[in-house]
Amino acid sequence: MRIDQNQLAAARDGSEKLVATPGQTIGPFFGYASGYENVHIPFRDGQHLVNPASPKAVRLTGTIYDGSGAPIPDAMIEIWQADENGQIPQETGSLVRDGWTFTGWGRATADNVGTYTFSTVNPGATEEGKAPFIHVVVFARGLMNKLHTRIYLPEDTAALEQDALLSSVEADRRQTLIAEREADGTLRFDIHLQGEQETVFLQFPGIEYPVHD
Amino acid sequence: MLDPAATQDSQETISAEISQIHDSASGETQPRVNFPPYRSSLLRHPTKDMHHTDPETIELWSPAFGHRDVHTLESDLTVQGNGEPLGERMVVRGRVLDGDGRPVRNQLVEIWQANASGRYVHKRDQHPAPLDPNFTGVGRTITDDKGFYEFTTIKPAPYPWKNHHNAWRPAHIHFSLFGTDFTQRMITQMYFPGDPLFSLDPIYQSITDQKARDRLVATYDHNVSTHEWNTGYYWDIVLTGSNRTWMEDEHDAH
Repeated sequence: MRIDQNQLAAARDGSEKLVATPGQTIGPFFGYASGYENVHIPFRDGQHLVNPASPKAVRLTGTIYDGSGAPIPDAMIEIWQADENGQIPQETGSLVRDGWTFTGWGRATADNVGTYTFSTVNPGATEEGKAPFIHVVVFARGLMNKLHTRIYLPEDTAALEQDALLSSVEADRRQTLIAEREADGTLRFDIHLQGEQETVFLQFPGIEYPVHD
Repeated sequence: MLDPAATQDSQETISAEISQIHDSASGETQPRVNFPPYRSSLLRHPTKDMHHTDPETIELWSPAFGHRDVHTLESDLTVQGNGEPLGERMVVRGRVLDGDGRPVRNQLVEIWQANASGRYVHKRDQHPAPLDPNFTGVGRTITDDKGFYEFTTIKPAPYPWKNHHNAWRPAHIHFSLFGTDFTQRMITQMYFPGDPLFSLDPIYQSITDQKARDRLVATYDHNVSTHEWNTGYYWDIVLTGSNRTWMEDEHDAH
């Protein structure tokens, strides 16, 4: 659709908002072009926010499940986070990684067994006392619109208890937003699109998810 | 994976299911994530209500992209091989705007699509239509200061899929977009005007409101066409209103 000058003028003077374009499924065929020089989605090293060999690298991994408990092999996951000091990055270079710059954004695809893996850092708190989290967006064949959620780090239990979002979630579902820490430092965060362990997904002002059954 | 028996459902069955849902809905501007005529959605849509919240901290920002990330040639999908791809060369142009009509500047727009025969370059696409050695169907660009994007590509063809018996997707291009907040992040599909497959397609019809569906359809634009070279389409994309306070100096920040 073309937004005409009247609509644009009304949106700019605040009398009427433009209605957001509807989302659609990513489908099964994203991200596959032939060869390194060519464009491809996901791009090379998109899952490496930091080099896995770096001493500060943390593995973030998990499996995406459907309502029957089967892993989803054709999902795409994106993360967006602050650095280890809680700074929000505004650096370019997420698509052509130079190996040095932390851009805060990563993209990974689920593998044949529905597992995604990132190499990143533990995010720091962006404000004193806030519980640090990684923002996640899930796209998949069969999923008509993007789903947002958060991965909270498990360690700072005082901050987690005070967190406004976590406190507003029913107690029995809160745990779906908190990663598990494994002995080697790995963060494990499984995503359940449906079922008893369904992940809490977030809805922000301005975007609707009509009718749930 | 799909239940093989479900793929035997007829178009009439699917179309009847679509009509029934549309009859009981009105004014929805986004797709239903639970849209049973799209069989793959059955086990993949959340069943619990979305948790309403305001964005905070990192969510009020978006990743930054620049020309280190994207070469200008990546917006021309017809020059990525060693020769000219087959099909109707076309240019797609439009703006990325937020709900307040502000241009979304310097942000990444990515597309992927089937070729002129309805085939994707993807190992999972086994539709027996020819691959084009000169067309990968993937491109990206960065919006300019007025929020404009532009791609040169080949018009994709419809293709069959296994949702039900004799299911065909209307021709479409997948678009991936970022905004100035990460909560504006979205993926959608652009369609072509007048496609006879619209009414039959459960993905397009998962948006129950006609006005909202129309927002996914490009306009043929003769001003975007070029003499003896390409046809032209125009398509504006609106992201949700930005939640971040707009600062005047951002006009010149990039």
